[in-house]
Amino acid sequence: MSIVFYIVAALAVGGALAAVLLKNTVHCALALTIAFAGIALLFLQLDAQFAGFAQILVYIGAVAILVVFAILLTRGSETPKDGVYGRKWPLGLVIAAAVFSDLAWAVLQSARVLPHEAISAPTVTVLQIGNALIGRYVLPLEIIALLLTAALIGAVIVAMHEKEAGK
Amino acid sequence: MTPLMSYLLVAALLFAIGLAGALTRRNAILVLIGIELMLNAANLNLIAFWRYGPHPESLTGMMFAIFSIAVAAAEAAVGLGLVISIHRHARTTDLDAINRMKG
Amino acid sequence: MQDAISSTPQLASSSITQILWLIPAVPILASGVIALLKQPKRKSAATLAIGSLSFSLLLSLVAFGHVLSSWSQHASTARETANFTWIQFASTNVDLGWVLDPLSAVMLVMVAFVGLLIFIYSTGYMAHDENFMRFFCFLSLFAGAMLGVVIANSMLLLFMCWEIVGLTSYLLIGFWYQKPSAAAAAKKAFLTTRVGDVFFLLGIVWLFAQTGTLLFYNHGAGSMESSALGGLLIHPAAFGLTAAGAIGLMIFAGAAGKSGQLPLHVWLPDAMEGPTPVSALIHAATMVAAGVYLIARVYPLMHAGALLSGSTTSLTVVTWVGASTAVFAALIAVAQNDIKRILAYSTISQLGYMMAGLGMGGVAVGMFHLITHAFFKALLFMGAGSVIHGSHEEQDIRRMGGLRTAMPATFLTYAIGMLALCGFPLLFSGFWSKDGILEAAQHWSVARAPFYMLVFGALLTAFYMTRQVAYIFFGHSRTEKHAHESSRVMTVPLAILAFFAIALGIIGTPAWPWFRAFLDGHSVSFDLSGFSEPGLMMLMATSSVVVLCGLALGWWLYGRAAPAPEQPDVLERAVPIPWSWMRDRFYIDELYGATVIAFYYWWARVADWLDRRIWGGAVTLVAWAFRQWARFNRFFDTDWVDGSFDKGCEELATGGGLLSRVQSGRVQTYLRLLALAVVVLVGLLIWSSRA
Repeated sequence: MSIVFYIVAALAVGGALAAVLLKNTVHCALALTIAFAGIALLFLQLDAQFAGFAQILVYIGAVAILVVFAILLTRGSETPKDGVYGRKWPLGLVIAAAVFSDLAWAVLQSARVLPHEAISAPTVTVLQIGNALIGRYVLPLEIIALLLTAALIGAVIVAMHEKEAGK
Repeated sequence: MTPLMSYLLVAALLFAIGLAGALTRRNAILVLIGIELMLNAANLNLIAFWRYGPHPESLTGMMFAIFSIAVAAAEAAVGLGLVISIHRHARTTDLDAINRMKG
Repeated sequence: MQDAISSTPQLASSSITQILWLIPAVPILASGVIALLKQPKRKSAATLAIGSLSFSLLLSLVAFGHVLSSWSQHASTARETANFTWIQFASTNVDLGWVLDPLSAVMLVMVAFVGLLIFIYSTGYMAHDENFMRFFCFLSLFAGAMLGVVIANSMLLLFMCWEIVGLTSYLLIGFWYQKPSAAAAAKKAFLTTRVGDVFFLLGIVWLFAQTGTLLFYNHGAGSMESSALGGLLIHPAAFGLTAAGAIGLMIFAGAAGKSGQLPLHVWLPDAMEGPTPVSALIHAATMVAAGVYLIARVYPLMHAGALLSGSTTSLTVVTWVGASTAVFAALIAVAQNDIKRILAYSTISQLGYMMAGLGMGGVAVGMFHLITHAFFKALLFMGAGSVIHGSHEEQDIRRMGGLRTAMPATFLTYAIGMLALCGFPLLFSGFWSKDGILEAAQHWSVARAPFYMLVFGALLTAFYMTRQVAYIFFGHSRTEKHAHESSRVMTVPLAILAFFAIALGIIGTPAWPWFRAFLDGHSVSFDLSGFSEPGLMMLMATSSVVVLCGLALGWWLYGRAAPAPEQPDVLERAVPIPWSWMRDRFYIDELYGATVIAFYYWWARVADWLDRRIWGGAVTLVAWAFRQWARFNRFFDTDWVDGSFDKGCEELATGGGLLSRVQSGRVQTYLRLLALAVVVLVGLLIWSSRA
């Protein structure tokens, strides 16, 4: 594995760790952005350029901003009195560790069956992706459209101010 | 250690970190952040398998990842809307305090 | 002579026989109506009772006339019956019916006539009593039942009416039940006659089982007719008796109870606690005569198997019991001081005479004395009632005296009755009837002792009656209270009875033995040569002398100088010990008290102990066991079942409480659980696919 991989991987993992461990919520959101960037770079390394840029566009450009907005709207920047970690947080840690060990073990165990040698990098053009979207994956495309519409409306409704009195 | 395996391990690590964050942090928004990390880890897994699996020209993995990104975005929007709504109601985003659904 | 009764032909029943049942039915119906009348309607009650009995008397006279005419036509006794089946079992029938023959005809007329006179007398005697209605109700019931006994052709009907007679006797003896002595006397009467009735019932059942029929006369198939009697004679019973003899003795036991014969006589003197009309009707004239009538009715049975002039075992027993009773009671009567008690013992004694007459001389001899005795004993009792009434309810003869001038009508009639009872020669019916018995006793083949006993009894009878009359009517008054004559409603019946006490003698003289001929069913004519039978004149002379001796002795001791009330009796001074025996009734009551009654009380105590300790203990034990079982069940239910159930529910609640903690309401907890579950499942998956 090349050195680039390790740097990028470190970036991603570091950002993730920071996102989870930092006290200030805004710092967490920003660290999340860095994690997203790292993952986008990992996509690019895997010759999935479209996916990488889509990642940057959507995640960093929309989701991260959304998270920041949410933090700002819920006064998340204030540090809570009892600390940032919930009750019984070691349990959560243990479970996460168990999950990681499970997955790692699975990966390591399957060394035999995984393909060894890298296949040559595929060339993926946007045309191909477009064709695939309209052709083979037209149904998921439409459904995603519906889903996005529904999410849009739903989010608006959920977060809307209630009009009744007493609020 | 094939390349694939290293990517998979990174993805596993990211997943575990995201899970840890979702399970341990008090703020509801940070739970959502953890969930986004988990989703990203899954996307990484998909792209890695696409790249090193058979038939990468059929674009299956990439499509899957792209749709996953779309869904994740929608889900983040709705989820954060919910958090804002709950904050409006309970004046807090502390998950330990929100136990109205207690059985 | 005696056989004639069982072998007389039976005619088809005429219309009078068909309606014969009305004779007892109407007074019973009147009794029912009186019972339902609302108080107080004395006139209606008396009218109903007297009216119903008059109706019965009328019918009885018609029936008597019918029998009389058929007797005078055929010069033989005709018997008519009307029978019907009451209940039918598979092969046996329970029959009822009534019979009209000379025996029942004369008895019907006597009972109805004497009863009617006493009813009329009672309206005067009981005029001041507040239970007038109840008295006439019971009296009417009694009259109906007695008439039922007379006409019964079925043993069952006879027994039913017999029992009703006993019941009304109990009710009437205890009429003034507020008096403890009256209530006790009623109970004693009932129980003592019950003892006899038990044997009677056994005899009835045995007779029914042996002969298959309850009817006396049934065109040859009845139990008093030859074929049935022949069958009874063949069957042997215990102690060398035949079935006929044994049954006869058992039936006699019932008659002995009702008629106050020797071991069962104890109730009759105590029965004087009842009102005097009751004593007159029931305990002098009719009910006590029912026993004698019963023996007369079943005479064919008693007499079955006798050789030509011999006797059977049953009749011998009857005779001995009768003769002993006659003497025994007469002895006791000598030493009594209550006016009614003297007459009661006299009744017992005369009943003994009747039984002896039946045993030795046959139906006609006994029945003639029964008829004459009914009249003069009723007369004497009613006269005693008049005396008691006039002396302001005084009953002790030592406190009476000189009533001859104060109550002349009563004295005259009483004297007539007393002379009839003593058997004063020639003029009075009692002489002829008693002579009939003495004549039969003289010719009795078994023994001569009864004859001497009966003669001695006649002496005693004359003696004690003279004593009584002397005390009551002669001398001067021993009290300060002035006596007064009774009203006409009481004295007129006395006069009528006195007339008959004299007149009835005519039908029994040897010159014209009408009564005997009527009952036995052969013709009769007035024939003075009847007097010339050998030994008859001698017997008449002997009995006259005996009676006159008794009268003279009584007059000499008591009539010349009226004894003072406080002084002891003349005889008591002379022979104190026998006097005390006689006065204390030979201690029979005490004997019974010490043996039978004491045994009964002991047995009652044993039964009570058994009941309380053993049966009661058993019941208590069972109850205790049940309570323990109930307690155990409750404990089981409360502690185990309930407890376990409660515990189970508690556990359930606790478990639920524990499980509900899963629903903490916190999202992160759910997430943790999810993640844990996934870890476990994936681990399993991998591990299982490793192989």
